[in-house]
Amino acid sequence: MFGYYLDLALRSLKRNKVLTALMVLAIAVGIGACMTTFTVLHVLSGDPLPGRSSALYYPQIDPQDASGMMPGTMPPLQVTLIDGMNLLRARRADRQALMTGGAVPIHPDSSSLDPFYVEARYTTADFFAMFEAPFLYGHGWTGADDEAHARDVVITRKLDEKLFKGADSTGRTLRVGGSTFRIVGVLDSWRPNPHFYDLTTGSYNYYDEVFIPLQTALELHYDHNGSNDCWGNGTGGAGGIYPSATCVWLQYWVELDTPAKAAAYTQYLVHYSEEQKALGRFERSPNVRLDNLMQWLDYNGVVPSDVRLQAWLALGFLLVCLVNTVGLMLAKFLRRSGELSVRRALGASKRALFAQLLTESAVVGLAGGVGGLLLALLGLWLVRHRSSDYAALAHLDPVMLLATFALAIGASLLAGILPAWRASKVAPALQLKSN
Amino acid sequence: MDILPILATLRRHKMIIWLLVLEIALSCAIVCNGVFLIVQRMQHMEMPSGIAEHELVQIQQAPIAPPSDRYARAQEDVAALRQIPGVRAVGMTNQLPFSGYSSNGGVMLSPTQPHRTLNAATYFGGNLLPTLGLHLVSGRDFASDDYVNADAILKSLANGSGKGFPMPTIISSTLAERLWPQQSPLGKLIWLAPKASFRVVGVVATLARANAYNTATAQYSMIVPLHMGADKDQSYLLRTRSQDRQRVLAAAVAALKRADPARVITHTRTYDQIRSDYFKDDHAMAGILISVIVALLLVTGLGIAGLASFWVAQRRKQIGIRRALGATRTDIVHYFQTENFLIVTFGIVIGMVLAYGLSLWLMMHYELPRLPLSYLPIGAVALWLVGQLAVLGPALRAAAVPPVVATRSV
Repeated sequence: MFGYYLDLALRSLKRNKVLTALMVLAIAVGIGACMTTFTVLHVLSGDPLPGRSSALYYPQIDPQDASGMMPGTMPPLQVTLIDGMNLLRARRADRQALMTGGAVPIHPDSSSLDPFYVEARYTTADFFAMFEAPFLYGHGWTGADDEAHARDVVITRKLDEKLFKGADSTGRTLRVGGSTFRIVGVLDSWRPNPHFYDLTTGSYNYYDEVFIPLQTALELHYDHNGSNDCWGNGTGGAGGIYPSATCVWLQYWVELDTPAKAAAYTQYLVHYSEEQKALGRFERSPNVRLDNLMQWLDYNGVVPSDVRLQAWLALGFLLVCLVNTVGLMLAKFLRRSGELSVRRALGASKRALFAQLLTESAVVGLAGGVGGLLLALLGLWLVRHRSSDYAALAHLDPVMLLATFALAIGASLLAGILPAWRASKVAPALQLKSN
Repeated sequence: MDILPILATLRRHKMIIWLLVLEIALSCAIVCNGVFLIVQRMQHMEMPSGIAEHELVQIQQAPIAPPSDRYARAQEDVAALRQIPGVRAVGMTNQLPFSGYSSNGGVMLSPTQPHRTLNAATYFGGNLLPTLGLHLVSGRDFASDDYVNADAILKSLANGSGKGFPMPTIISSTLAERLWPQQSPLGKLIWLAPKASFRVVGVVATLARANAYNTATAQYSMIVPLHMGADKDQSYLLRTRSQDRQRVLAAAVAALKRADPARVITHTRTYDQIRSDYFKDDHAMAGILISVIVALLLVTGLGIAGLASFWVAQRRKQIGIRRALGATRTDIVHYFQTENFLIVTFGIVIGMVLAYGLSLWLMMHYELPRLPLSYLPIGAVALWLVGQLAVLGPALRAAAVPPVVATRSV
């Protein structure tokens, strides 16, 4: 039966080529616009560490002075160096890492390469295990290396290829600024997007190339990048002059494997704040937050609001395209009332007519879906050639590919139901009398 | 033209008419708000910076190893850059209008007030007024003995001595008007921290901040005569004639390399590039909005044309009868035009309500002002035009139906 309906549908669509093309085009353009914007939204709001993100938390405490305090204000987005080191050394979580961003000059041994600057991450030992950074060669450094201000460095595969032509460079030396470091590990391609562990450097398309123990970097006064917020007489510093003690400029992450541990850690942060207040360092009553990774991204609004607006815009556009198609299909079906009533008179049930007409709209939907997919690929190609930070990330993944087809078929069936239902209500033979 | 018979006919196609009205209403709502968003973006992109944009180039450099004296390094560099033919002024700065990376401070009108009055951009650097081409409206530019090295000031703040303060500062006229409305700001004091006070010695007409998200606060800026030294985050600025920019940029890079080979030039660009980089997302968004509006009107137009063609085909016989009874071709064309006008007008009326609702929704989710009523006619005119254009072809085809059709059976 379906084969017969399909045959009827194709015949009917062929009879009125311009109209068919119009309906297919309307659906294709609507679906194409939606899929392009939804894919960008999907890519940008994705989980950078699937499966692990729920165990990673970003603690916030409030070390600011009492002036300007208002109830309900959120604690600062980063921590001071002293609080960061206190929390790190307390080791109350399963794993913890304190970090900040910077840029360092690399002085290659080979004379064919000019010195160049790379983005650097100054962090502590647990960083790699916590964020499951994949090692190609070697490993990270240890907590003891942190305290010893070890001249150890982890580099990325990209830098390894540039400097050592991709060979295992662990154990070799790297000149960073004026100092000589020992390479202990090489990370395989690892480009988390968004750059979740430090959102102050830009959320997308920001990649660290070298990882240096935090205390080593501070001792050598390497340049600090990223934002800082100060209060009292605090000053933000510049380059190798670090922000003062009344500034927040580091990020602190902890790993807590169970919700119970997370609750206990929140208690610990409150306790720490009270203790600091008793010591006279903190002036405010405890004001703490503990977001997990996805909550933290959401809280910071990492997905650009323009991208959301574009998705809504495309959805509105698809809606207009669909209403347009419904109207055209309805006009088309009603015009065939004569043919339909003959079929009714010859014994076809309403349901049979409905199925026949729905088949026709599904064919239009399928063609529109294929067209929409092609347009989405074109749209994403256009997005990739824009200069936004996230442009390079705009690729269609299998999930979105399936979603495109589901949306196309669903949308056109939805568009077909009303006209098909309306047209299948035709009374048998009544139409035969006129004309 | 008699409207009643048209209305009577329309009543026979209720469902299709409703769909058409809905489509027109949705298009109208999206077009009104879309045009408003485009105008907003364009106004944002035209935000004044206050500087001689087409005459500036920026160079950022970084040492391979920390220099023994970054202030001396900067002085030598500036002297070398001044020697380049065609350079009219050389300055240093920590930021530029619309450069993205910003340095800001919380401004207070007394050292003890609990809340900051406002947040302003803090420009640190040297020789900024002549180099940026800022327009001084009152007071004076900095003298050479106003300048202090950053280390000294940081030290004074760290030990709480307050030595070196108050420092002189030049502020933008917008900031002056906000802090002291209707008063002369010259000689007045502001504080960035309890020990860090600044005395206003000059006012410039306009100077936008580096991250000018918000039009209301985009011009809150102050300049402090602070030498920051040669550093990765500082920029050398060169002012030159616009046609000399590329040549001067190349010569400047060579001069800096000559003055100290042990460094990396990290960025070189003209100010025009900085501006277009900063507004690239707004530019893209305006482009997307325009494309969507055009596509939307096209789809709506084609939909109207498609349905009108159907009706013409369906009513061939009636048209023939009307023609046979004495209606002219013009009457037939007018009939379809009036019918379309009625449907579109009905759609527009509903569309206006939807446009208003959409605007309220946008205000809730995005930082947008309410849709001004003056934008509503834009959507109306656009859809009337599209409707009339779309119906013209089918109407002319209807007018071409010969009266003889009336006498034929099918």
